[in-house]
Amino acid sequence: MIEPLQAKGESGIDYTGKKIGMWIFLFTELLFFGGMFLLYSIFRAQYPSEFHISAREENLVLGTINTFALLTSSLFIALSIAAIRRGNKKQSLWLQGLTILCGIIFLVIKYFEWSEKIAKGIYPDSPVLLGMGSGETLFFGLYYMMTGIHGLHVLIGILVIAVMLHFTRQDTITSQNYVKLENTGLYWHFVDIVWIYLFPLFYLIT
Amino acid sequence: MNEIEEKSFYQAMGRYRGILGWLISTDHKKIGIMYLGALLCFFSVGVTLGILIRLSLIAPGMFLSAQHYNQLFTVHGIVMIFLFIIPGIPVAFGNFLLPLMIGAKDVAFPRLNRFTWWLYLAGAFIVLLALATGGGPPDTGWTFYAPYSIESKTNVSLAVFGVFVLGFSSIFTGLNFVTTIHRMRAPGMEWFRMPLFVWTLYATGWVQILATPVLAITLLFIVLGRFIGIGFFDPTRGGDPILYEHLFWIYSHPAVYIMVLPAMGIISEIVPVFARKRIFGYHAIALSALAIASVGYLVWGHHMFTSGMSDTARVIFSFITFLVAVPSGVKIFNWVSTLYKGSIEVAAPLLFALSFIFLFSIGGLTGLIIGSLAPSLHLHGTYFIVAHFHYVMFGGAGFSFFAGLHYWFPKMFGKMYSEKWAKRGWFFLFVGFNVLYFSMFILGYEGMPRRYFEPPPQYHGWSVISTIGSWLLATGILIILSNLVRALFKGEKASANPWGGRTLEWTVSSPPPRENFIHGPVIATDPYGFEGKK
Ligand SMILES: [Cu+2]
Repeated sequence: MIEPLQAKGESGIDYTGKKIGMWIFLFTELLFFGGMFLLYSIFRAQYPSEFHISAREENLVLGTINTFALLTSSLFIALSIAAIRRGNKKQSLWLQGLTILCGIIFLVIKYFEWSEKIAKGIYPDSPVLLGMGSGETLFFGLYYMMTGIHGLHVLIGILVIAVMLHFTRQDTITSQNYVKLENTGLYWHFVDIVWIYLFPLFYLIT
Repeated sequence: MNEIEEKSFYQAMGRYRGILGWLISTDHKKIGIMYLGALLCFFSVGVTLGILIRLSLIAPGMFLSAQHYNQLFTVHGIVMIFLFIIPGIPVAFGNFLLPLMIGAKDVAFPRLNRFTWWLYLAGAFIVLLALATGGGPPDTGWTFYAPYSIESKTNVSLAVFGVFVLGFSSIFTGLNFVTTIHRMRAPGMEWFRMPLFVWTLYATGWVQILATPVLAITLLFIVLGRFIGIGFFDPTRGGDPILYEHLFWIYSHPAVYIMVLPAMGIISEIVPVFARKRIFGYHAIALSALAIASVGYLVWGHHMFTSGMSDTARVIFSFITFLVAVPSGVKIFNWVSTLYKGSIEVAAPLLFALSFIFLFSIGGLTGLIIGSLAPSLHLHGTYFIVAHFHYVMFGGAGFSFFAGLHYWFPKMFGKMYSEKWAKRGWFFLFVGFNVLYFSMFILGYEGMPRRYFEPPPQYHGWSVISTIGSWLLATGILIILSNLVRALFKGEKASANPWGGRTLEWTVSSPPPRENFIHGPVIATDPYGFEGKK
């Protein structure tokens, strides 16, 4: 039995192919973050009490709000895909806009969290941090690196969704051809999931 | 038969002419050709640097200071590893041939492919810029070991960033190829009807996808360590330099398979064609590629037997290292069995392929010597490692690159080269290679330390022999490349299938038309049926 290997959707694009490509890209991202999670687990095993103490510096309230912001945004983008599939362009546009809004809220809160720490003199290479000892230096080093690189992913996600918004308005993304939006959704969920791991590792381990 | 004049892809013009037309082309064939050109340029640069290193070793201080020597061998490593041999076979031959071999029009994401090529150019440009700016070329060795790479006054940051960009180029190549192989095969091209080169590109693609990001993040922390004092690898800040070595080799051992797997694929194409015989153990070769790719992830620790690691870990890593040699052995067995009782035609591509089998066997077996714990202690810091490494990289991947170049040259450029000169070039390359690197096995076994600017005097004799080998080798490369360049301009026109290959790329004209296949091919058999053919 020969399956039609170059099967194309109605619109002439290889829907499955594009999604495979995106999934593979996400594997890459996973290993990219995996390197950092590996560093985290090794340093945490090496300095358990220092990590425990440092984590108290984190603002649990802001962290929790941010977790909700991202989770909600993931819901919005999933709904926006459902909407465009039903052909409801207007609703999809709204939901994509709300996703971007949640992303921006996340970044703004992150900005305040970072500035609060920097105001206290806690940032990489700062005399205060170096004075706190090795475990603390590593904890906050990891904190800035991991949330920073994650934040960069959020920023990129926001920009990509903005482009999708434009595409949807231009009818490049339609109920027949929405693989771009769906892939964007996959990426956004991934960014969300990374945060789901970062949140307990930095905020809840006290 | 298929000799009707069709417009080749070289004549197909887009909106722009000249260089710009090439650079913005999404044709996988043009991208492959451009990669090939770039690779050969960087290879020549790397060889030149290598010759200078050998020269300095027999006359230390005569024309190079110790610092310049360090920078020279670092740049030799960076250029050869990251600009030539890692992208190497997949980007040049993979790009050109993968869609042709599976009966597709192009790769799955042609525009991503073009972007990948631009990333490669950008990465190469950044690396070259690093040589000319800041504190000059890096002097850390190509491995960028911390903490020295964080402290060095040379321009490590920019070079490392260049490698970071090249890494993304590599990831996207892998992503594109894996998707292409999943989605773009012609009707009837089942998994076990794919040419073996495609199988190895598939395994390589996965290694590129899953290993390279680890290198990317590790290198990022070297750069950030230099700029904002992130001390993950800096013991004065609680970090751990050994951790850098782990993360580096988690990528860089699998990277060996990024280089060698597609090389094995090329050999699997050439051997049956020139033995006029069905490949022996097709399934075993295909699956051993996947086995190498997956087990190869778990052996990185063998680079660190002398760095400080628990005995348990060392025993485990050593054991798995022996394990990963098995699928390579399976392949060698299969190639030799394919040759057995074949009607062998000793053409230039086969000579290179046979050299691969011979040299890679030496490289692989010496790998087991240093992969066992006790000899590793004695040999790790010596030229034995350098010799082993070059037997695998150059004797393996490098010779296979040349094998592929001679095998597919008629297809890629539509011209035939002089067989006589190709063989002469091969002879110098092969002899020079062994004189150059086998001497290093002896030197290493006698204990000559690697990376030294001025080796102790008792090693001078073999050192001189090794350096003479480097001149022979360079002569060989010069002959090979001039022969091919001459063929470009004065070579006879190549027919569609000069070697009698059975894979799909030989069914289209040389060079292929823009759209590859005029009628989409339908595949009914495996690609190695030589029975009943001339
Ligand atoms: Cu290794």
